[in-house]
Formats: sequence, C-alpha cells, structure tokens
Amino acid sequence: MEEKDNKKESLYLKLMPYIEKYGILLLLVLMILVMHILQPDVFLSWRNVTNVFKQISWQSMLALGVFMVIVTAGIDLSVGSIMMLSLMVLAIVAKAGAPWFIVVITPLIAGFLCGLFNGAGITFLRMPHPFIMTLGTLYIFRGTGNLISGGTPISGFTDEVRYLGHGRIDLTWLGLEKSQYLPVSLVLIAVVYIIFWFFLNHSRTGKWIYAIGGNPSAARASGINVNKILIIVYSLCGFLSGIGALILAGRTDSGYPNAGLQSELDAIAACIIGGASFFGGRGTVLGVFAGVMIMGILRNGLNLMDVSSFWQQVLIGSIIVIAVYIDVLRRDLGTRK
Amino acid sequence: MSTLNNPLLEAKGITKYFGTITALENVDLKVHAGECLGVVGDNGAGKSTLMKVLSGLYKPSSGSLYFQGKEEILESPKDSQNLGLEMVYQDLALAGNLPIGENIFLGREPTKNVGFLKFLDFNKIKELTNAHLGKLKINVKSADQKVEELSGGQRQAVAIARSTAFNAKVVIMDEPTAALAIKEVGKVLDLINSLKKTGVGVIVISHRMDDIFSVCDRVMALFQGTNFAESELSNTSRDEVIGWIMGKK
Repeated sequence: MEEKDNKKESLYLKLMPYIEKYGILLLLVLMILVMHILQPDVFLSWRNVTNVFKQISWQSMLALGVFMVIVTAGIDLSVGSIMMLSLMVLAIVAKAGAPWFIVVITPLIAGFLCGLFNGAGITFLRMPHPFIMTLGTLYIFRGTGNLISGGTPISGFTDEVRYLGHGRIDLTWLGLEKSQYLPVSLVLIAVVYIIFWFFLNHSRTGKWIYAIGGNPSAARASGINVNKILIIVYSLCGFLSGIGALILAGRTDSGYPNAGLQSELDAIAACIIGGASFFGGRGTVLGVFAGVMIMGILRNGLNLMDVSSFWQQVLIGSIIVIAVYIDVLRRDLGTRK
Repeated sequence: MSTLNNPLLEAKGITKYFGTITALENVDLKVHAGECLGVVGDNGAGKSTLMKVLSGLYKPSSGSLYFQGKEEILESPKDSQNLGLEMVYQDLALAGNLPIGENIFLGREPTKNVGFLKFLDFNKIKELTNAHLGKLKINVKSADQKVEELSGGQRQAVAIARSTAFNAKVVIMDEPTAALAIKEVGKVLDLINSLKKTGVGVIVISHRMDDIFSVCDRVMALFQGTNFAESELSNTSRDEVIGWIMGKK
C-alpha cells in the first residue's frame, strides 16, 4: 500500500513541474475553444482578436509589475494610482508644449519615482507589510494626480505620443487587407514580456527576487541585499505602470481623473489566476500573460454574448477563488511536511 | 601545520546588548583548523546570538574578531563569506522554491557574459553542484530537484554542501541534527567528520550530547550570556557537560 502511494507521489512529482508551468495555458486554450464554438463568426476574427489585445495592453503592464512584487511575497495596491498620476504628468507636460520625445519619457520617469517611493517606504520606514505602504500611496498618488491637473481631464496628444497605444503596423505588404493591421501595443506587450522573462529567469537579480519570495531569511543569510532588491522590484513595478500610462494616453487621447480606478485589483487577479502564489516565490511570466488573457477574453467573450457586466464580475471572482484553491492543493501535495 | 597553535577564528570579549537586555557578555571563543568546537548552553544562553555575531548578521556592541590572526570587522554576511566563514542555520536558510543547485550558489551564482549582459550560467551551476555533492558523497536524484521536495536530512546535507562550496575555512552549524530522523543524524555527523579531515574548522552548536561527543574535539558552555566552562572532550564527561548547561560545575 505504501509503495503504491510512493509511486503515485513520484508520478505526481514528475508531472508537477509541467502542470505548474503549462496548466494555465491549457485553461486559456480551452477558453478560446469554448468562445470560438459559442461565437464562431466573431470571436477569432482579426478585428476581435486585435481588439482583445488592445484592451488588455495597459492592464498587462500593471499585472507584470504587480507579479514581480507578488513573487517577493509583497503586494502593490498603488499601481492604478501610479498609472493615473503618470498619465496626468504626461498630459500636463504635453499641454505645456514639450516635444514628443520628452512627453513619452515623463510617465516612465514619474512611474519609476512613484515605485521608488513605495520601495523606500517599505524598506526604510520598515512598514510592517507592503499592503500598508501601498494602500497609503494608492490615495497619495491619485490625490496628487488630481491636485496637479485640477481634477479635470486633459485631452489631445500628438500622434507620436499616441503611437504605442494607438499606432498600427500595416501588413498590406503581406497581402493582407488594410483592416488587418497589427496594433503597436501588441508588439509592445510581447517585447516587454520577453525582456522581463529574461530578467526574472536568467539574471542574478531575477533569481534573487524568487529567492526572497521563497525564504527572505535565506536570501539575507546568503549575502543578498534584500532591501535593495525590494526597492528595485517596486521601482520596476512603478516603471511598468508608467508604460501603462503611456499606452492609455495613446488609446484614450486623454488624461482623466478616473484612469486606472480599481485596476490594481484586476492586476492582482490576473497574477493569481496565472498561478502566482501570495506566499511568494512562485509563478511565471507566461502564467501572468495567460492570466491577463483569460480576464481579457472572459470580458470580451461575455460582451460579445451580451452577458451583463454583473455576471462578468461574478465569473471573474469565481475564477480567482478556484485558481487560489488549486494553488492551495498544489502546495499540499507538492511539499513534504 | 603552523596553524595548530594559532586559532583560525578567535573572538575576544564579545558583548551584545539588545536595548537593556544583555545577550552576550565578554565571551571568548576560538577554533583551530581541522578542529570541531562544540558550543552548548540552555535556551537563551546566547548561543544563537554568538553565532549571528560571527556571521556578520549582528554587530557586537563591543569585542573583536580575529581571523587567521588578523582583526576583522564584519558589516554583513557577505563579509564573513568573503573570509571563508560559513554558517549553517537551524532553519537551514534554504529557499524551498529553488532547485538544489541554485540554493548552493544563491548570492554567488556563476554567470556568463552575452554582449554587455550577464546571464546565469545554469550549466555551470549544475556541473559544479554535481561535482561538489559527489565530493561530499551526498546522494540526491538531481541537482534540479526543488529543495522543498527533499527530506529533512537531505535539506541539511544541501545546507552543509552550500556552506562548503566556496573553500570555507570555518563552518558554523546551529543544531545541525535537531530536525532530523534518527537514521539521518549519522549521515550528517559523518559529513562533519569528513569536513574536519579537509582542514576546516567546525563549530557545532547543539543540545544533543550524542552529537557533541561523536564529532567535537573541545566543548565550551555558555551560561546566561557568559563563558561558563570549557574543556578538551577527552577530559570531560556527558554528565559534567550536562551540568554546565544547567549552570553547575
């Protein structure tokens, strides 16, 4: 009997890395299939697919930033506010008549500085949990955004500024129709995700981010400067929120007070659905991407089928709970006690 | 060996306060190459604090450390590692979510340059890990196995392997057998004995008289943060050492 159990366990241990790595992609493929069967004419059309990517473009940046923070067993509740503040800074600088190459850098710098502020607060002020620091800055950053803009929308950017969020890559040279273009934001998602995949998996800093999430005292005892790494992580999270602001500026052509409201919760949800563990140290960039896609496709598909947005909320909430329950089961089975 | 009489590591007059609490008062310690020093003491006697001072995690309030006869000031664990002073912590200080090899090289990962970027050299990590585990005769399925999938004894072996992967001169172990099944204890003690043979100075902090009397050459007792007694192992007995722990001479 015991031997049989051992066999079962070893089979599970063999399969586990694959389930952990690719299980979420299976779910994504399954969802795409179901949506395709339900909406065969529309769902996989060029127009709708590019639409989904455009819709998830800025959320995918916030989710990637929050993901790195979650890997360190932290949390960043302020990403939506960082994005709004960065967007307002961009709008003000654009309205002041700055050249486009200055305008596009400002949200990145603003976002980075906001993240640096979070990281410094968490480490130097020794906040008991990142939740508290970033809950504070959730209000501080959005309030600041409203203060500098007077709480009113600022609209109208040049094409160069809007390029990343609104630009189109013409594919007619491939023999495709004019309407079958590639959104620049899709390319941007791919580039940013690939860069961060390399960073997290193939750099020492990336490995240390996972180590801190796995066991912070082990990281410290190994001579890793944990505080420095945490500051880097929160700064990069802010920087990615700044990229989100630049994309949103392109998409909406406007800086507006409600930008990114509650989007921190969407970002956290995407990470959790994608298999990142709140306990830290677990999760993949590919998983986050799948999590963002699942949320995007769910919203898009339900809209196509004319399902009320109230049901969307119920469904997304349910997926979060189920995803975390699977995480709990995985931990129970995967680790020895 | 000229180092026989000169200790590899020596601590003199170490005192450590935490606010109004005196954790260590005027504590001396020394260990020679190829020697195993046992440090015993009741809970709260200051064993772990002393170890954290030696590892650079805590800065002593006063007192000095000498390594190979030279005074050293340790600002961080990195400093002690650079000297060849390695720790094996009671909670093992391993990241369970990372594979064995990456744990052994955590914080000191080999890299390769691709253009101006530095990437982790996973092949080298694996190669060095297998060679090192082989040298210590530690058996695991693969260097890629995650640490959280290992048994307690295997984890302890990985922790010891990590402490010796970089030419350690002194290895300090906090309760190396505390969390182990009985059949795994022997393997870890064998590992300590083979470390001594390679000329490493070992400090073992332990409650277990069996550990002390099977690997140590000398034993010292701390009592309420001070040096209480010390002896060559051959000149003392279990009962006497147990008495020291309870503050009786």
